[in-house]
Amino acid sequence: MAEVLVLVDHVDGAIRKTTNELLTIARRLGEPSAVFIGSLSDDATAALKQFGAEKIYSVDDADIKGYLVAPKAEVLAQLVGSASPAAVLISASVEGKEIAGRLAVKTDSGLITDAIDVQAGPVTTQSVFAGNFTVTAKVTKGTPIIAVKPNAAAPEAVDGAGAVESVAVSISDAAKGARVTSSEPKAASGRPELTEAAIVVAGGRGTGGDFSAVEALADSLGGAVGASRAAVDSGWYPHAFQIGQTGKVVSPQLYIANGISGAIQHRAGMQTSKTIIAVNKDEEAPIFELVDFGVVGDLHTVVPAVTEGVNQRKG
Amino acid sequence: MNIVVCVKYVPDATADRRFEADNTVDRVGVDGLLSELDEYAVEQALQLKEKLGDDSEVTVVSVGPDNAGDAIRKALQMGADKGVHVVDDAIAGSDALGTSLVLAEAIKKLPHDIVLCGMGSTDAVMGVLPTMLAERLGLPGVTFASEVTVNGSTVTVRRDGDTATETIEADLPAVVSVTDQSGEARYPSFKGIMAAKKKEVVTQSLGDLGISGDQVGLSAAWTAVEGTEARPPRTAGEIVKDADGSGASALVEFLASKKFI
Repeated sequence: MAEVLVLVDHVDGAIRKTTNELLTIARRLGEPSAVFIGSLSDDATAALKQFGAEKIYSVDDADIKGYLVAPKAEVLAQLVGSASPAAVLISASVEGKEIAGRLAVKTDSGLITDAIDVQAGPVTTQSVFAGNFTVTAKVTKGTPIIAVKPNAAAPEAVDGAGAVESVAVSISDAAKGARVTSSEPKAASGRPELTEAAIVVAGGRGTGGDFSAVEALADSLGGAVGASRAAVDSGWYPHAFQIGQTGKVVSPQLYIANGISGAIQHRAGMQTSKTIIAVNKDEEAPIFELVDFGVVGDLHTVVPAVTEGVNQRKG
Repeated sequence: MNIVVCVKYVPDATADRRFEADNTVDRVGVDGLLSELDEYAVEQALQLKEKLGDDSEVTVVSVGPDNAGDAIRKALQMGADKGVHVVDDAIAGSDALGTSLVLAEAIKKLPHDIVLCGMGSTDAVMGVLPTMLAERLGLPGVTFASEVTVNGSTVTVRRDGDTATETIEADLPAVVSVTDQSGEARYPSFKGIMAAKKKEVVTQSLGDLGISGDQVGLSAAWTAVEGTEARPPRTAGEIVKDADGSGASALVEFLASKKFI
C-alpha cells in the first residue's frame, strides 16, 4: 500500500489534535507516514505512533527556523519525489495552506483546501458559498495535496510501527527570501482553540463592548470565545477571534451567538455549526433564521442568567 | 517603484450564488463585483505609492471573463494607474493552479517590485493564490499582512497570528497578501471616477502570454469537482421571548436536553 504523507502540526514538539485527525484520514487512503519538521522527541514519536504513523520522517529544522514556509514546502517536495505517496495531507491553517500552495506548484499537483471530509479515492468534501453548498472533488493530476480543516475526522488510536527515518534535505537560498525577524507570543486564554472547539460562544455589537458575560458563559460550558466583525472593528475583541468570512470559519457542535445580527459575512463563518443558539434584542435579526433555539431578549440579563443556570446544573 | 495588484471579479456574496451545469461557479448569471478583500490590496498599493511620493505606478491585473473589467475599473477609480485584463474563453473553469499560471505569466511581462493581493477571494476563499504566485515567480511570499512597509529593497510586514504577532522581512521583489485589518479601503471620489475613464486597460489573451489553451481551463484543471449540492435549509427552530428570566431558563433547559450540560 502506498504511503500517505501527513505534515505534523506541532507547537514546540507538542503534537496538535489536528495531526491525529490527519493520521486517521491517512489510514483510509494508505499507510500513514508522518513528516515531522523540528526536533523530534520520544514523546512526539510515541504520540504519532499512537495514532497510526507507520513511518515518521524526521527533518531537523536548524537550517529552516526563522524562515517562512518556503523551506518546508521544499522538504515535502523532496519527500513526494522519494516516497511517491498516494496523497499529502496538511492542516488547513494559514501556514498549512501556504505550504500546500507552494508544494502544489513545485510538484505540478492538484490542490484541494479546506476539506471537511476525505474518503478513499481520495474524494474530498468542502463547504462553500458561506456554507450554502457542499462540493465533492478529486485531484486529477499529480499527487493529491489536501488541506484538511480541524474536526474533519474523529481521531482513532491505532498502533503504528512508527519507524523513524531521519531525512537530510537541502534547502535552496531562494526559499530563504522571507525571514521572521521578531515574534511576540500572545497570552494564552486557557480556552480551547477557536477552530477546534466543540462549543463556541460569540459576542457581537449587542455586547456594547463588554465581553465578560460572553466569556463567563463560554467558561461555564468549556467553550471558546468568538466575536463578530462589528465587535472586532470596534476594538472590543482581538481579530484572532473574529468569526466570519474574513476571520475564522468554525463548525462546532454548539454555537451561541450573543448580540450578533447574522449578516452573510458572519454566517459564512458559522453556518455549518451543528446546533445554533442566538440571543438578540431584535426579533427581526437574520440570525434567528438559522437557529435551533433563540431568545429574544437583552443579552446583558439573559446571558449571565444562563451562565448561572449552567453552573447550577453542573453542581 | 512598480506596484502590481491582483484583483478578482467575484459573484456578489449577498446574491444567490450558484453553480453551472458543469460544476463551475456561475460568473455571468449572478451579479459580480471587485472582491471586497482585494480592495484592501488596492488600498495598500495606493498608500505605498503615496508614501514613496515618487513616480511609482500601480498596475491592476485581473484574469476573468469580460465583466471582470468592472473590477479593474473600480480599482482605477480608487486611484490605480493602469490595468491589465487577461481574458480568454479557454481560461474558463481553471482552478487555482491554472489561474496562478496565467497571472504569473501576465506579471512576468510587467515591471514589478512588489505584487499585492487580497488575503483570499470572497467566492472560493482558498487563500492560496498569493503563495502559488510567489512560487511561480520564484519570489518570497508573505501572506496575511496587517501592516506593510517598504524600506529600500525590503518589505516589512506585521502578521497577527493566532499564537503570536510576527514581524517578517522579505527581499523585494516579493508577493504580499494583506488582510482586512490593513486599513479601510477608500471609496472612489467623483474625480477618481472621471479620471478612470481615461486610464489605459490592456487586454491580453493566452496567446499574448505564450500560454496554450490546453494548459489551462476546465479540462486541464488539476482538480475536478464531482458534484455540488445545495445545503438543505435549516429547519425553523424554537424562538422564545424573554420575560423576567424565562428566556434564560428555557435556554438552559434546551442546553440540557441536547446534553451540552
